[in-house]
Amino acid sequence: MAEVEKRQDRSPVPSAFEYATAPESRDIVRLEDRYGLFVGGEWVEPRSTEFAPSVAPRDEEPLAEVAYAGAEDVDLAVSAARDAFANGWSDLAPSERAKYLFRIARILQERSREFAVLESLDGGKPIRESRDVDLPLSAAHFFYYAGWADKLEYAFPNRRPRPIGIAGQIIPWNFPLLMLSWKIAPALAAGNTVVLKPAESTPLTALLFADVLRQAELPAGVVNIVTGDGRAGAELVKHEGVDKIAFTGSTEVGKEIMRAVAGSGTKLTLELGGKAANVIFDDAPLDQAVEGIINGIYFNQGHVCCAGSRLFVQESVYEEVLAKLKRRMGTLRVGDPLDKNTDVGAINSSEQLARIKELVAAGEEEGAQIYQPPCRLPEKGWWFPPTVFTNVAQSYRIAQEEIFGPVLSVLTFRTPDEAVEKANNTPYGLSAGVWTEKGSRILSMAQRLRAGVIWANTYNRFDPTSPFGGYKESGFGREGGLHGLEPYLRFDQ
Amino acid sequence: MAQAPALPSGFELPLEPRLPRIGSVDQVAVEQRASALATRSIKRESKLFALDLAVRMMDLTTLEGADTPGKVAALSSKAMRPDPSDLTVPPVAAVCVYPNLVPHALDRLRGSGIKVASVATAFPSGQVPTELKVEEAARVAELGADEIDMVIDRGAFLSGHYAKVYDEVRRVKEVCGAAHLKVILETGELGTYDNVRRASLLAIAGGADFIKTSTGKIQPAATLPVTLVMLEATRDVYEETGKKIGVKPAGGIRYAKQSVQYLVLLHETLGPEWLTPDLFRFGASSLLNDVLMQIRKERTGRYQSPDYFTID
Amino acid sequence: MSRLPVKKTYKLYVGGSFPRSESGRTYEVEGANVALASRKDVRDAVRAARAAFPGWAGMTAYNRGQVLYRVAEMMEGRKAEFAELTGDAAEVDAAVDRWVWYAGWADKLAQVLGASNPVAGPYFNFTVPEPTGVVGIVAAEEPPLLGLVSRLAPAVVGGNAAVVIASEHRPLAAVTLAEVLATSDVPGGVVNVLTGRKRELTPVLAGHMDVNAIDLGGATDDVAELERIAADNVKRIVRNGDGQSPWHAASFLELKTVWHPIGV
Repeated sequence: MAEVEKRQDRSPVPSAFEYATAPESRDIVRLEDRYGLFVGGEWVEPRSTEFAPSVAPRDEEPLAEVAYAGAEDVDLAVSAARDAFANGWSDLAPSERAKYLFRIARILQERSREFAVLESLDGGKPIRESRDVDLPLSAAHFFYYAGWADKLEYAFPNRRPRPIGIAGQIIPWNFPLLMLSWKIAPALAAGNTVVLKPAESTPLTALLFADVLRQAELPAGVVNIVTGDGRAGAELVKHEGVDKIAFTGSTEVGKEIMRAVAGSGTKLTLELGGKAANVIFDDAPLDQAVEGIINGIYFNQGHVCCAGSRLFVQESVYEEVLAKLKRRMGTLRVGDPLDKNTDVGAINSSEQLARIKELVAAGEEEGAQIYQPPCRLPEKGWWFPPTVFTNVAQSYRIAQEEIFGPVLSVLTFRTPDEAVEKANNTPYGLSAGVWTEKGSRILSMAQRLRAGVIWANTYNRFDPTSPFGGYKESGFGREGGLHGLEPYLRFDQ
Repeated sequence: MAQAPALPSGFELPLEPRLPRIGSVDQVAVEQRASALATRSIKRESKLFALDLAVRMMDLTTLEGADTPGKVAALSSKAMRPDPSDLTVPPVAAVCVYPNLVPHALDRLRGSGIKVASVATAFPSGQVPTELKVEEAARVAELGADEIDMVIDRGAFLSGHYAKVYDEVRRVKEVCGAAHLKVILETGELGTYDNVRRASLLAIAGGADFIKTSTGKIQPAATLPVTLVMLEATRDVYEETGKKIGVKPAGGIRYAKQSVQYLVLLHETLGPEWLTPDLFRFGASSLLNDVLMQIRKERTGRYQSPDYFTID
Repeated sequence: MSRLPVKKTYKLYVGGSFPRSESGRTYEVEGANVALASRKDVRDAVRAARAAFPGWAGMTAYNRGQVLYRVAEMMEGRKAEFAELTGDAAEVDAAVDRWVWYAGWADKLAQVLGASNPVAGPYFNFTVPEPTGVVGIVAAEEPPLLGLVSRLAPAVVGGNAAVVIASEHRPLAAVTLAEVLATSDVPGGVVNVLTGRKRELTPVLAGHMDVNAIDLGGATDDVAELERIAADNVKRIVRNGDGQSPWHAASFLELKTVWHPIGV
């Protein structure tokens, strides 16, 4: 106690509640300078000899050099997958296959913090999200599908389910590790082997995942990780040795892939873009509905295919909802993805930032009214403040095209019928949100909205048991749940 | 801007002052919002700010059948100088006692700036005729208490007699005089967040200066989600009428970390102007020492032992 | 000189702890003194199971699956000990694998057993399975580990709490399994293991009014009489047989069907 009395340099109490920086340390991640391709259980040099850095969106720091696979590399990976399938994996007892997947799930849980930090560093999303959402869900996906590996006959009675063979999987940059889990877990549970092509701007957690496979002692060639850009993806799509293609990404590329495999007999599932309607009725619990709106469009900087990017507010509560929304936007903290208090992180790439800016400019030009809460954006890196447009007409580009950024368009409606009509008036059909206290109205809206995922009084909730996928141009096929196994199996009938 | 409030039957309200719509609260969403806010990482200078504020917002409380003048004297000393070895630690906001102990508390705290708050209205149950409860409040006001903490009649509330609940608040407010009125909702007995919001708006309509979660005599007492619901109600009142009503979570807040979480809740729901003991209080007793331990830990870098902090 | 080993005491497993029988009795079996449970121990075990049931049933299916997988991890770690007790390493491997199999069902039972029902009216109608509550299990005499695992795993995976009467002549594997459960984050009371005379204990369990279902597969006495006693509170009589199946888990589950109108 005496020592405290004598201290002269007692830290003064600040005069305002500014949250001090709370950075998560990046020491837990050990990055190589350079990564090859992970083929046949080994790190190999790319035959293409092409490399380029993967860059941190928060400050454009190059993190590691990553290989860009060419046609020959993709071919070697598919052969490795074929070898692994034919020599052991397809004959392995399903309960043994299950145990490999359980191991992977547990190892991901053990190394969760390491992966979360790397995901935020490479992709730009807040550490709180990668720590609390991406990682737990990724491990859970492996855990869930592990349990199905030796129970397929219960999921598909009388159909004699068998693996298809080699799955080529192309994943996006918005949830890199989670999308990897959504793809690899059911594919392996069904008895297939895999060639995975991570997104160009976010390869690092996939490359680290190869180390999890090493620890799990997964047989060589069962999972092959081939980094690169759209060219590598195109090679994988057209490769004749691939029995099934699974793609998550933009609708535009999805259509190209569909054209590329036309007539080939290759099985295909697509999880594409969206322009989801989030519908707020006047009897909704408003403060919680506002949380749902915020979560719907600003979670992961709006880089979410199922983002609630069109807000439909019943006119009788429009003023109140907008006032609450704008106030709530003011408490969003935009900043360093590795800061534990950050709510909105960096935009993933300069290309994406340019696209967001273009569409926002279009919105202003077409006559919508823009609101952005004051926020100080860092100088380096790629950033965009949370944005909301009011006075939006259904025909404006910002109400039609997927922005894939933290930009919300607000429209109004008067009756449930009008809400349904406007919500469905889009070529997309991935998801929708409904906010009302009335149970029958939830069910009626759910019945009439043409979307693959309907969230009632909540938004952006994901679970490995819950099938996810779209109607119309948002793609076809489902991931998650019992239904997520089907695309990876062959049946007698 | 606003529409006429939707009211449950039997609940008559004067139209002035206008009130926000009662509406409803989604349990899952409000609990998630509260726990998300609780994950804010408050370190170093910001933690010291919060801890200092927590002390300044504390209503140091003793409400036991066994309370004596001696006990209240000790508590008052603690209130004035929580950490004798660190005079930069501020005094608390108030001392909260039973009516019989009010004169002793006033005696001890005279000139210190610390308020004397007293419970009234047949605390904690409120299960007594209205006249007696109003009389008790009037006597406590006469004794000179600066603040009066009343309980709502939960029996009346839960059986739908909202007018009775409202009338009692109004009548107690009338006899408070200069004393400010806190209305205890006893949220642990209300059952749903919808009811907490309803009771909050009812108490505010009756004239509450502060709404308070709990008597501290039952579980559950204050929780983050319940407090969030009450903060959102006061926010709606402010938006609608311009009037600022205070919120006091009480009971069950034992650790400094919790008090920081409550302040984050307040900060992000209502804003920095509300971070003042005039608009937010903690009803607590053992919380103070944990806050002192954390302050000393921030200042010295060493984890502390309770042995070094006085128990009064 | 060879080292004198520390001999283990084999006690009951009730409420997450290892008490002796309240009767103070033991019996000698498999070279050890094993607790000889009494009717009061059955009473205590059912009480512990009932207290633990809401928490276990209230966990997400995923969490339950995680905990059960952890049990398998701990079982695997003790394989040598189990092999020595059962005399059959293959049985132990099969028991661990069966446990893993059931652990993987936790978050899938609702999808296979439940349904959304297309009723002829503007109603949303769905059926969900729910755990029945406290279940009694009379374990087979043989095989001492796999026999118990085959009966116990399907009961707990669905969220039930269990009171087990172990193999009377080969109880040590059951008590060792209880030690595994105690170190696997299984909440205390979810599984309770009683050793002793089946003739003495089974009728008490079968007649207990706060037990919701009973698996009499391992009962050695008059099963008809036991089923008659069980009728007093309409216990579900579970007849699972050997092998593994999600329908074994289903026998310990109730089905709840909910209706709600669809309209604006």
